[in-house]
Amino acid sequence: MGALGIIFADGKFDQLGDLVKVRTEASIPFGGRYRIIDFTLSNFVNSDITDVGVITKRNYQSLMDHIGSGKEWDLSRKNGGIVIFPPFGNYRNDTIYQNTIQALYGLIGFIKKSKEDNIILTDCDSVNLINYTDVLSTHDKNDADITIVYRNVKKDEVKSDYLVLGLDKDNVSSAQFGIKNDVSAISISTYIIKKELLIDLLEVAINKGATSFDQEVIVNNIGKLNIKGYLYDGVYLGFDSIKSYYENNMSLLNEDVRKEVFYSMPLYTKVRDSAPTKYGSKSKVENSFIADGCIIEGTVKNSVLFRGVRVEKDAVVENSILMQDTLVSQGVSLNAVITDKNVIISANQSLSGSKKLPYYIGKNVTI
Amino acid sequence: MKRSKKLIAMLLAGGQGSRLLSLTTKVAKPAVSFGGKYRIIDFPLSNCTNSKIDTVGVLTQYQPLILNEYIGSGTPWDLDRTYGGVHILPPYQAKDSSAWYLGTANAIYQNINFIKNYNPEHVLILSGDHIYKMDYYDMLNYHIEKGADCTIATLEVTMEEASRFGIMNTDKNMKIDEFEEKPKVPKNNQASMGIYIFKTDKLIEYLEADNELDTNHDFGKDIIPTMLKNGEKLFAYPFKGYWKDVGTIESLWLANMDLLGDKPRFDLYDKSWKIYSRITGFTPQYIGESSYVDNSLISGGCYINGKVINSVIGSNVVIKSGAVVENCVIFNNVVIENNAEVFYSILDEDVKVGSGAIVGEKNAGSKKITVVGREYEVGKNQVIKSGQNIEKEGK
Repeated sequence: MGALGIIFADGKFDQLGDLVKVRTEASIPFGGRYRIIDFTLSNFVNSDITDVGVITKRNYQSLMDHIGSGKEWDLSRKNGGIVIFPPFGNYRNDTIYQNTIQALYGLIGFIKKSKEDNIILTDCDSVNLINYTDVLSTHDKNDADITIVYRNVKKDEVKSDYLVLGLDKDNVSSAQFGIKNDVSAISISTYIIKKELLIDLLEVAINKGATSFDQEVIVNNIGKLNIKGYLYDGVYLGFDSIKSYYENNMSLLNEDVRKEVFYSMPLYTKVRDSAPTKYGSKSKVENSFIADGCIIEGTVKNSVLFRGVRVEKDAVVENSILMQDTLVSQGVSLNAVITDKNVIISANQSLSGSKKLPYYIGKNVTI
Repeated sequence: MKRSKKLIAMLLAGGQGSRLLSLTTKVAKPAVSFGGKYRIIDFPLSNCTNSKIDTVGVLTQYQPLILNEYIGSGTPWDLDRTYGGVHILPPYQAKDSSAWYLGTANAIYQNINFIKNYNPEHVLILSGDHIYKMDYYDMLNYHIEKGADCTIATLEVTMEEASRFGIMNTDKNMKIDEFEEKPKVPKNNQASMGIYIFKTDKLIEYLEADNELDTNHDFGKDIIPTMLKNGEKLFAYPFKGYWKDVGTIESLWLANMDLLGDKPRFDLYDKSWKIYSRITGFTPQYIGESSYVDNSLISGGCYINGKVINSVIGSNVVIKSGAVVENCVIFNNVVIENNAEVFYSILDEDVKVGSGAIVGEKNAGSKKITVVGREYEVGKNQVIKSGQNIEKEGK
C-alpha cells in the first residue's frame, strides 16, 4: 500500500518576501544545513514512498542543484525515484502553469503512469514529521476518497487563507477559508486522493477553466465525496513570513525542539564536504546552533549559523541567523539579523533588528 | 575496446599499526579517526580525488571490516565510477594458491591482474596512513619528464629521525645512486615517503622476479635496492609541505594538534584541496550556555555544554556541563558526563566517561597520552593515570 508523492515546491511565495525572491519555497534554508524540502522528502522516504514528483514554478535551479539525482534521500532509483518538473506542462502547448489546476494537469501523464492507488499532494511550506504510513493506512481503512491532513490551532492564529475544516468525528463536513472557531482544524495542504478520482477531477477542472485546487477539488466536493480528516499533532513549523522564519530557526536553540525535529526519525539532506568548525582562542560561543565548516574567532550568542560562516575577531553576533558562507568581519556587531547566503558585512559596522522584526539582508549582498 | 589509463593508484591499507595500541585492536590503521570527522585514509584518498586519479585499488588485510564499510563504493571521494573507481582488494584464494600478503611488494604482486585490467602506463604506490596534501599528477609529470623507471617521493627529515626512514643519495639531476633502508648512520636526510610511481612494465617485471626469491617482499628492502643494483633509472621527487606518519600515539596526537591555532600547520579549510570523507555527524552542533570552547575543532552532531580547550572533537560527541576536555583528541560518539575531566588523552569511538571521572593528567604532555579504547566505559569517579592504554574486555 504505497502512494505517488507530489510536492508543490512553490506555493505561497508571495508572503515570504525576499527570502523567496531568489529561491523556491521548498529551498528555504533551515536549521543550519537543511532546506524545507528535506523534511518532506525524508517523511516520504521513511514511509517507503519513493516515487515522487516535484512541481516547480520559479527559481528552481537551486532546488535542482540541491536534489541532484536524489541519491542523498535514497531517491535515485531504477524504479521510481524523484523527478523535478519545470513549469512547462503538456497543457496547452507548453505554456507556464498559471494555477495549481494547470500545474497538476501538466503531470497527468506522470500520474496516469503510476501503479499506485493513491496520490499524496503536499505543499512544501512547513517543517513537519508526518507519518505517511499511518496516514495512508487510515485513508485505506476508511476507504476515503480524500484524506485531508490537518492540525489544530487557536482562534487567533487563523489567517484568512487558511482552509478551516468542520469535522464530525473524522468526517469533513465543511471547509471554509479564514473562519475562526475556538479551536480550528486547519488543513496543512497535505492531501491523499485516490488516483483515479484525481484524474477524473482534474479532467473536469481543466475543461471548466477552474483555477484553484483547494476550491475545485476539496471545497466543492464536501458532502459529495467521502472526505476524511487526519489529525497531525507533531512538530509543525510553518514558514509564512520573515518573522516565522526567524522564530522557527531560533526554536532550535531549545533542546526538546531539536530532539523532536532532528532525532525522531532519519533525516536526509545533501552532503557538503566541510571541515569541522574551528573555534579560535578568543572565541566566545553560547547557546548557539552551529553547522560545520564555520570559523569562529569572535562572540556568538543565541544564534543559528549555517555552513561556512566566518565570524572574525572582536565581532559580536547575537540573536541572529547567518546563512551559508556569511562573512562577519572584524569588529562587526549584529543583533537580531538574518543574513542570506554569501553576505559580507565589512569591518566595524553595527546592524540591529529586533526579535519581532529581524533585519534581513539579501543573498550575495555586501554591506 | 577498453581505454587504458595513464595512472592508477594502489593504496596499501593492510597494516595493523600496532603502535597505535588499543586504537587498532579492532580497526586497521587507515580507518583510525583523525581531525574529528575524518579517518586517516581520507587524506591519501582525497589526494587521489584532487589529483584526478579515478582508479584506486585499496589493499586491505588486517581487520578490514570497518575500513571496507567506510570506503563502500567510493562515492564520498568521487570514486564510484563506471570504469575504474575504488576497489577493495583483500587477499584471496586463487586456483593454485592462497596467501596472506607477505609484504608491501607481495601485496601488489598478488594484485597484478587488477593492474593489468586497466593496462596503465604507470602505477602509483601509496600507503594509507600518512597525513599530507599532494598532487600526484605533478609527480607523474616529473617522472615522465625524467624518463624514470621509478620515482620515489622524498622529504627532508631531521638527522635524528633519518635512521627511521629509507635514505637516498642523489646526483644533481635527482637521480638516485644510493639507497639505504633505515641506516644506523644515515648519510643524509633525504627520506623516502613510501610513495612510488613505477613504469608498469618495470614494476611487474621486478615483482615477478622478487616473488621467486626468499625476501621480505618489501619495496624499501627488496624491490628498490634490486632495481638500483641493476642500473634502472630511479629518481627522487622532492616533496615540500606538511607530511606526518601518524603511526604512534604521540605522532597521532601531535598531528591532530597541528590542525589547531590561528595558523594551523595543516589547513583543513584549504578550498583548493578539499578533504573528502563519509559523513557521520549530520546535525549542526549545539554549543550550550555553560560551555567554554577555546582553540578547538568540533565536528557535526555534537552537544557541548562543558569546557573544551585545545582539542579535536569528532562527530556526535556529548560533553556535559562541568566537564573539562583539555589537550585531547576525542573520536566519534563519545559521551563525557558532568564534571568529568579528560586531559592529554585520545578517546576512541563510543567511549563513555562517567561523571566525576578523571582521565589523564593536566600537565601530562605529548609523551604521556592516555589512550582509552573503543566502547570502554570509564566509571563514575574512576581515575585513569597518564600514559595508560585502556581496552574494553571481550570481543
